[in-house]
Amino acid sequence: MKWLIDSDTSKLEFVREVEEESGIKIFACYQCSKCSAGCPIAFEMDYLPNQIIRMAQLGMKERVLASRTIWLCAGCETCTTRCPREVDLAAVMDALRIIALREKVKPSERDVQLFNKIFLSTVRKYGRVFEGEMIGRFNISSGHLFKDIFKAPKLLKRGRLKIFPALTDVKKMKDIFKGTEDI
Amino acid sequence: MLVVDQLPKTELQEIPFKTKIPRIGVFICHCGINIAGVVDVEKVASEFAKIPGVVHSIDYKYMCSNPGQELITTTIKEKKLNGVIVAACSPRMHETTFRNAALKAGLNPYRVEIANIREQCSWVHQNEKEKATEKAIQIIYSILEKVREDQTLEASHSDVEKKALVIGAGIAGIQAALDIAQAGYPVILVEKESCIGGHMTKLAETFPTLDCAACILTPRTVEVSQTPKIKLYTYSEIEEISGLVGDFRVKIRRKARSVIEERCTGCGICQEKCPKKNIPSEHEEGMGTRKAIYISFPQAVPNIPVIDRESCIFYKTGKCKVCQKFCEPEAIDFEQQDEIIEEKVGAIVVATGFKQLGKDLYGEYGYGKYKDVINSIQFERLQSASGPTLGEIRRPSDGKIPKIVVFIQCVGSRDRSKGIPYCSSICCMYTAKHSMLYKHKVHDGQAYVFYIDVRAAGKGYEEFWARAVEEEGAIYLRGRVSRLFEKDGKIVVRGSDTLSGTQIEIEADMVVLASAICAHPSAIELAKKLRIPYDQYGFFTEAHPKLRPVETTTMGLFLAGACQAPKDIPTTVAQASAAASKVLGLLSQEKLSHDPITAVIDDEICSGCGLCVEACFYGAREIDGIKQISTVKEVLCEGCGACTVACPNGATQLKNFTKEQILSMVDVML
Ligand SMILES: Cc1cc2nc3c(=O)[nH]c(=O)nc-3n(C[C@H](O)[C@H](O)[C@H](O)COP(=O)(O)OP(=O)(O)OC[C@H]3O[C@@H](n4cnc5c(N)ncnc54)[C@H](O)[C@@H]3O)c2cc1C
Ligand code: SF4
Ligand code: SF4
Ligand code: SF4
Ligand code: SF4
Repeated sequence: MKWLIDSDTSKLEFVREVEEESGIKIFACYQCSKCSAGCPIAFEMDYLPNQIIRMAQLGMKERVLASRTIWLCAGCETCTTRCPREVDLAAVMDALRIIALREKVKPSERDVQLFNKIFLSTVRKYGRVFEGEMIGRFNISSGHLFKDIFKAPKLLKRGRLKIFPALTDVKKMKDIFKGTEDI
Repeated sequence: MLVVDQLPKTELQEIPFKTKIPRIGVFICHCGINIAGVVDVEKVASEFAKIPGVVHSIDYKYMCSNPGQELITTTIKEKKLNGVIVAACSPRMHETTFRNAALKAGLNPYRVEIANIREQCSWVHQNEKEKATEKAIQIIYSILEKVREDQTLEASHSDVEKKALVIGAGIAGIQAALDIAQAGYPVILVEKESCIGGHMTKLAETFPTLDCAACILTPRTVEVSQTPKIKLYTYSEIEEISGLVGDFRVKIRRKARSVIEERCTGCGICQEKCPKKNIPSEHEEGMGTRKAIYISFPQAVPNIPVIDRESCIFYKTGKCKVCQKFCEPEAIDFEQQDEIIEEKVGAIVVATGFKQLGKDLYGEYGYGKYKDVINSIQFERLQSASGPTLGEIRRPSDGKIPKIVVFIQCVGSRDRSKGIPYCSSICCMYTAKHSMLYKHKVHDGQAYVFYIDVRAAGKGYEEFWARAVEEEGAIYLRGRVSRLFEKDGKIVVRGSDTLSGTQIEIEADMVVLASAICAHPSAIELAKKLRIPYDQYGFFTEAHPKLRPVETTTMGLFLAGACQAPKDIPTTVAQASAAASKVLGLLSQEKLSHDPITAVIDDEICSGCGLCVEACFYGAREIDGIKQISTVKEVLCEGCGACTVACPNGATQLKNFTKEQILSMVDVML
């Protein structure tokens, strides 16, 4: 890998963008890698969490936005809790996903994005998540038709999976959606 | 060895061994369970009680405690002991303690010996109690042999010249000189250059507080010039040093500066009128110019010019003398010769500082080849309000303001292949400072720093570095730079960043090298004159890295500042004050007492072969020109015994460690 720093890249526009979107000081990170040490998803990632920050520091926008890592991050905040420099990495990951969507970067983890979309659409529809529809739609859209199908009876029996949606205050939820979309 | 009043003087009891029967006391220490837990101390005590000549043998819980010492003192008096063995810990721990206890009872302290039954017995044989007890008994038997033959010895004394010499007038030398003078002793301060202050005169602002170097240094340099107790010789060097602690004889060469210091008023008209211009200025590190007659910088102390005879037109062609024409007080003296001044001093502080690595080692970085590749001290000059650009950051090639500046750390340092394996210790911090100051001046500029580690171990240093990164936006790239090359008016820096695993290429406008801190080129020659040791890099060596960090192994010679190892200003000043306090400790002595355990020479046997002279590191041995036999300068002798081993004739012996004593000690062991 090679990276050229010239009068353009030295302007650090990408870092500023991430800082603005996340409200986090990216240069506070001193690359101790404690975030990566604790990250439960690290084994699946193409870049470790600290590497994402490092690449952001150097302005490697394309590489960061195309990474699988930003989509695999579960937002569990283990990194955030443990970072000695108070870098809220989970928030940075959020910001990177937002930027990636805004810039229409082809997502490296299509399923993750699909899941997020379907999840939110059921919430919007019923005021809370409706697992039955969500799983059905996800399995069909993603093409993993029978994914986790054998877990269904057990979940049904325990009441973790419902046949019919439980409606809550749909209107309030719609207002929330509208509110956030306006921002 | 110097024993500055370790042992107070009292009446000594004179009971020579050979004429009277030995009356020896053996005191066995339990050291809590350290010894008694392994060695059967009671058995040992009763064993020695039976030996003829031992009139008292006893064990006790802690011999070094007050009651323990009291026990020794009263027993000596009551039993009229003329020799004492304390079987306890290493003599390094408590030899002086027990010798003092003996002295209180009036016994010559050199008749007290320690049998080490802790470090050399109980600690190393914890699982073999019986054998350990046997060994303890053997150790004490052998010490008994030594005590039987021990002679009454007395420390010798010499006078102290109550004056100090400080060599080198950087911040280290200045601090040491001021401290000594303020305590009331005269100081001779010798500086090689035409003015004082050393490297600090070139610095702009200083980490970690960013106070301006001139603002903190100038009051000190002025104070030096205004302190009557300090005699300052600038443009001078040490020609020769002889003598020893308390009585050093120094010859100082005052180089001819072609200006009579006493007459010069410092008006500067000479340098204004001198027609010989454009000589690269040393003070500006070659980025500014000076005349043939010059004062290094406006605040120089002393504010007296010097003629650089190599460049001066008169010295080349015999014509000119413009400066002389304009000099009203008639201070210019073209015929001035070097002058040798002789001084006598009691103690010496060496504070000759450092030099930065030149351009020889790092061809791949193009220093000296590309104009816009400069070193860190040159960058200090660019930062300085009184520097060649009046404090504006402009690159040397075309005077443009550089928008991308790359700083490279560890240039030379930590590079075994270039013969500099050590860390220069200050460059991490000044580079952080440089990146910060650059940003203060060029708001739209970007600083990149290539580093391997950031070493920020001082007080407030880590926070300072973090500020450079977080607040001033310096971008640190972890890796060494492979090479630099010029392309379209830019300096391309090819390095890498191990943190992102990327090869990095930067199109920089200017590059600053944090070149290694090396010993001053004159250091080794000076060390030889002073008889002080130095390491393979030319830094002077301290007597002990932890416990005697400002002393050298030569008595009366102390170290301060970067001549000992690379260091920053706070550490330099601390060391200088420490050296000054050592000097004061020495100068405040009425007499210097010297440990009497020194080498002695038997004139009858010595063949004058001179092997002892070679063996002695301290320069204490000499062949007497007339008698053609070896002599011992007792004050210089450290009692190390190297000469006694070297002497093929057995002519040299160490007092109270004679060959007979050592052989009989070995005999009883076998
Ligand atoms: C680029 C750079 C930036 C720095 N920035 C900082 C900073 O921000 N903060 C900080 O704390 N430190 C800084 N330092 C370190 C600081 O310069 C040193 O700590 C300090 O100069 C050491 O002082 P010294 O008196 O030991 O040596 P020097 O300053 O080298 O003085 C030694 C003096 O001895 C003289 N001399 C040498 N040989 C002889 C001889 N044979 N006879 C007579 N005189 C002799 C020399 O001419 C010189 O005047 C910096 C160093 C560099 C290179
Ligand atoms: S834990 Fe914090 S400081 Fe350390 S690498 Fe991760 S983000 Fe950076
Ligand atoms: S003699 Fe001439 S060249 Fe030499 S210092 Fe004086 S004015 Fe300058
Ligand atoms: S102080 Fe820093 S830059 Fe200087 S040699 Fe040591 S590690 Fe390298
Ligand atoms: S070599 Fe001999 S003379 Fe020199 S210090 Fe050692 S004991 Fe003394």
